[in-house]
Amino acid sequence: MNDYNFAYLDEQTKRMIRRAILKGLAVPGYQVPFASREMPMPYGWGTGGVQVSAATLTPEDTLKVIDQGADDTTNAVSIRKFFERTAGVATTEETEQASVIQTRHRIPEADLTEDQILVYQVPIPEPLRFLEPRETETRKMHSLEEYGLMHVKLYEDISQHGAIATSYAYPVMVQDRYVMDPSPIPKFDNPKMEMAAIQLFGAGREQRIYAVPPYTKVVSLDFEDYPFEASKADHPCDLCGAEDSYLDEVILDDAGNRMFVCSDTDYCRSRRAAGHVGRLGTEDAA
Amino acid sequence: MNAPSNIAFSGGFKNVPVASSHAFRAAMVAMARPGQVQDISGAQAPGPLSDAAATLLMTLCDPETSIYLAADVDTPELRDWLTFHTGAPFVEAGQADFAVGGWDALMPLHQFKIGTAEYPDRSATLIVERAELSNAGATLRGPGIKDTAQFDLPDVGVLQGNAALFPLGVDFFFTSGTRVAALPRSTQLSMEG
Repeated sequence: MNDYNFAYLDEQTKRMIRRAILKGLAVPGYQVPFASREMPMPYGWGTGGVQVSAATLTPEDTLKVIDQGADDTTNAVSIRKFFERTAGVATTEETEQASVIQTRHRIPEADLTEDQILVYQVPIPEPLRFLEPRETETRKMHSLEEYGLMHVKLYEDISQHGAIATSYAYPVMVQDRYVMDPSPIPKFDNPKMEMAAIQLFGAGREQRIYAVPPYTKVVSLDFEDYPFEASKADHPCDLCGAEDSYLDEVILDDAGNRMFVCSDTDYCRSRRAAGHVGRLGTEDAA
Repeated sequence: MNAPSNIAFSGGFKNVPVASSHAFRAAMVAMARPGQVQDISGAQAPGPLSDAAATLLMTLCDPETSIYLAADVDTPELRDWLTFHTGAPFVEAGQADFAVGGWDALMPLHQFKIGTAEYPDRSATLIVERAELSNAGATLRGPGIKDTAQFDLPDVGVLQGNAALFPLGVDFFFTSGTRVAALPRSTQLSMEG
């Protein structure tokens, strides 16, 4: 690992990212432009999150990386190995043990503490982008707090589907000022964003960093007669029996059999280790 | 111009990537939790500047950022030291990305960049030297604060004016010795108990 500067990036790049993080924390929900670097992985694999993590890590940190809640998927494994090699930091799969958690599209089920930092990988940071493709216009809309278009989009959901059909990347209002894309987390996770930990968001391809300090007010957009609902599959986990966790659906065979399992692998593992058994679980599974 | 004395070359980070990562973590946690005091050290500048302020400048400044030195800290030795260690250009208050000094020397506040409506991040960060950092005084509310926090501030009225500009405005680090706390523009201030 001595072939790399600590945490891969050169110091000037880290300073530039660090300045963007500080301004992001000072203006919660506002997207700070930054000079995103080429990383040794393709765009879409978390280059923004990796750059934010690289600028944030200290040698004493313990890093956890999850992809859709799982520690053992390709994206999570490769980013974890990247930092093991270039920063020499300890890594873990246990949420409670981690001081920095980089995530793709989930917030861990366990409550995060004041000593933890959650780094999100963000593909499209601009919540208004699919409604208005021009950056000059979306910037103006944010500056004028002109978010009517977003409510029209949610209204059209209701008029077409009878309910707000947006199920992930559900837009939030941060501290009554900026509408923010929470990254493509399921809307089940939205209420967790008012948390004790520091939340940092990095979008590498789109060159934006934004942040939500601890205990910041984060409200999912909705209507009085169609209030926001944090939905999940209406089942318990088939392995650990949890009824409060976000579930993945797994097709088992051609006969239509399927199972639901916790998307957060560490949460499921720790519950099974504590003796919880679901419909398809076995006593010794943990 | 005389060659800078040796003092300009000393007082830097011992191990730059590690020392700056520790310093940044302290600065980030400070900015994310307004009024909460963090330990920060690693750099020593010549003259009256605290280690905390010197470490912040060393961690955040480089040739891409401009620095304004308020009159009470603006010495040739400090300029040589910052030039050698950061390469940052020195500018007038109105152009500065970072400004350092005591509160009275930095005033008036309106001379600093507050960002633009479309780019509120293009604003100055002020590093204010204080005799001490105390968790008594003004009441702080807002992002990063669970319920309320207390922090001793130099001029609550002026800082309330800055917060009223949100999302524009400047952001503050308060430094003393090897300690730092921050006050972002998002924090609401009041003087009640």
